[in-house]
Amino acid sequence: MSMAIWLTENSKIIVQGMTGSEGMKHSRRMLASGAQVVGGVNARKAGTEVDFDGTVLPVFGTVKEAMEKTGADVSVVFVPPKFTKDAVVEAVDAEIPLCVVITEGIPVHDTAYFWAHAGEKGNKTRIIGPNCPGIASPGKSNAGIIPADITNPGRIGLVSKSGTLTYQMMYELRDIGFSTCVGIGGDPIIGTTHIDALKAFQEDPETDAIVMIGEIGGDAEERAAAYIAEHVTKPVVGYVAGFTAPEGKTMGHAGAIVSGSSGTAEAKKEALEKVGVRVGKTPSETARLMREIMQNR
Amino acid sequence: MDLFEHQAKELFAEYGVPVPTGKVAHTPQEARAIAEELFSAGSKKVVVKAQVKTGGRGKAGGVKLADNADEAEALAGQILGMDIKGHTVHKVLIEEGSAIAQEYYFSFLLDRANRTFLSICSVEGGVEIEEVPHDRLAMVPVSPLTGVDRAAARSIAEQGRLPEEALDGAAEIIERLWAVFTDEDATLVEVNPMILTADGEVKALDGKVSLDDNAAFRQEHDQLEDKASADPLEAAAKAKDLNYVKLDGSVGIIGNGAGLVMSTLDVVSYAGEEFGGQKPANFLDIGGGASAEVMADSLEIVLSDADVKSVFVNVFGGITACDAVANGIVAAYKLLADRGETVNRPLVVRLDGNNAELGRQILTDAGLSGVQQVDTMDEAAKRAAELAAAGA
Repeated sequence: MSMAIWLTENSKIIVQGMTGSEGMKHSRRMLASGAQVVGGVNARKAGTEVDFDGTVLPVFGTVKEAMEKTGADVSVVFVPPKFTKDAVVEAVDAEIPLCVVITEGIPVHDTAYFWAHAGEKGNKTRIIGPNCPGIASPGKSNAGIIPADITNPGRIGLVSKSGTLTYQMMYELRDIGFSTCVGIGGDPIIGTTHIDALKAFQEDPETDAIVMIGEIGGDAEERAAAYIAEHVTKPVVGYVAGFTAPEGKTMGHAGAIVSGSSGTAEAKKEALEKVGVRVGKTPSETARLMREIMQNR
Repeated sequence: MDLFEHQAKELFAEYGVPVPTGKVAHTPQEARAIAEELFSAGSKKVVVKAQVKTGGRGKAGGVKLADNADEAEALAGQILGMDIKGHTVHKVLIEEGSAIAQEYYFSFLLDRANRTFLSICSVEGGVEIEEVPHDRLAMVPVSPLTGVDRAAARSIAEQGRLPEEALDGAAEIIERLWAVFTDEDATLVEVNPMILTADGEVKALDGKVSLDDNAAFRQEHDQLEDKASADPLEAAAKAKDLNYVKLDGSVGIIGNGAGLVMSTLDVVSYAGEEFGGQKPANFLDIGGGASAEVMADSLEIVLSDADVKSVFVNVFGGITACDAVANGIVAAYKLLADRGETVNRPLVVRLDGNNAELGRQILTDAGLSGVQQVDTMDEAAKRAAELAAAGA
């Protein structure tokens, strides 16, 4: 029995925007890492096929049709920012269970719109992102742009706002390995939150401990801390980036900004430590803390 | 991007939101001319308001009333050049004085926690909204699917306990501010205070607007950018499409991924404590890929900061493996040489991740001047801080 969260070896993936340059590149990578990518969606290229080193994938006109013909239950979105809102709305309307939005640079009004739309449709689609690296269950499947070959399957769950810090952590703990790694993205409004991932990892029998990576901006980490205190019994190790970020400056991610006295790394660290989460001062120290936990099990 | 008050009010006026008549002055003479116009049009008083993108202008002495044009000129002379919380005043807004009967608060903003929009309305305005007791303000969620029509706007004003005589005017303003918020892709539209005048008119007496940079592809906000007070290095980086923020330390930072670069700043600051308080000089995220051109542009920007005494290149090789990154650095050195630039400060490079060994070997073989390789982020940060201290 395979567990992981949200993404398993049985997941069938379609790619919205597969025929674009990013879509092509990462569809090929996902296939190479063993993920079951079963087709693409592009209304203008419906009926055509794309050959990925011998794996020939059909291009469908709509997400609905792709799901009917292939049994797909995951969509990965690579379409450019100006078309992303419509692409996600289409995926939601087709009721695909998981929609992973990789696209960076989406206006926050568009994200707010597709999130509200998903809610109105009864939240049948889990949205991850936007502006995220996606989700990988090492050894099982990979939906997005996470480099699958830097780590191994194992029993650590990872949830992170940052792509590269996700990779760094996956790499530093590659000998212990991960059940699932979820990059939730650093935009001000995101679909799946730290709390959603914490809940899923807590319930996943194949996950023993959780690494949670946050950064400045908003209060998602503080709310996650409150959730951990109430609901998470598995050990959690945390890391927060941006202690030295100046007030009022956006640090790369659209959501990474300290506004006045709110959204600081210090406040997030304090909130996490208060509920018993060990917070590393650097990514390496965070990896060490997790290593100790896994070795003492 | 945050707007100046006068820009926010100009935007409001385009959408039919009533604002006081006024104009921007860059010199006391201009201020005088505008004040003369306003007095001859019937103003009893004019207000001279510092235009800076920070709060607390009134307390800092940046907002003053004038009874005549001489006074307006003198006050503009005092306020121009003033420093308010680190912001230099380069322009003042000269406006007709308003006969204020009551002051309210209103805003539309992003509610990150609930992943929707929020309106905040209160009968208590003109003070920091954080200081208003919660039972005196209404926080009303707004769905992006349905938005705000006149009836919803009136309901928000009622929930904010605005008096009967202000409801019609406030509802009209709130409905129009919703149009500003959505049509302009704003993340914040705030009016504090929204006033009821002695004549019973509701007006936006102040304005604060933040616009979403991600919406640039469908907006024409370029002309609203404050190029005059932009940091020259940030402006140069922006022209090269680099994600750069100037900081005030001595260790230049180049890395891939926003989270990793933020983390690098922190680690350098910690390491710098041992070396006389060396700090990061900038944030620079080169994103995915590692083209020679992006690396060369990045090095050029970072090295053109005279405060930079050492540079820390911190890259995790994921999709773009370390050998590609190393080749990018080698090619960047050649590109810089072609541009007549030399890398004349020490460069600490940490490559980790996919093909790390291969990448390190490529750099070693290239024998680039000033390049030192350190395998871990923490140790590399320490070396970079040490070199910065030695170069200071």
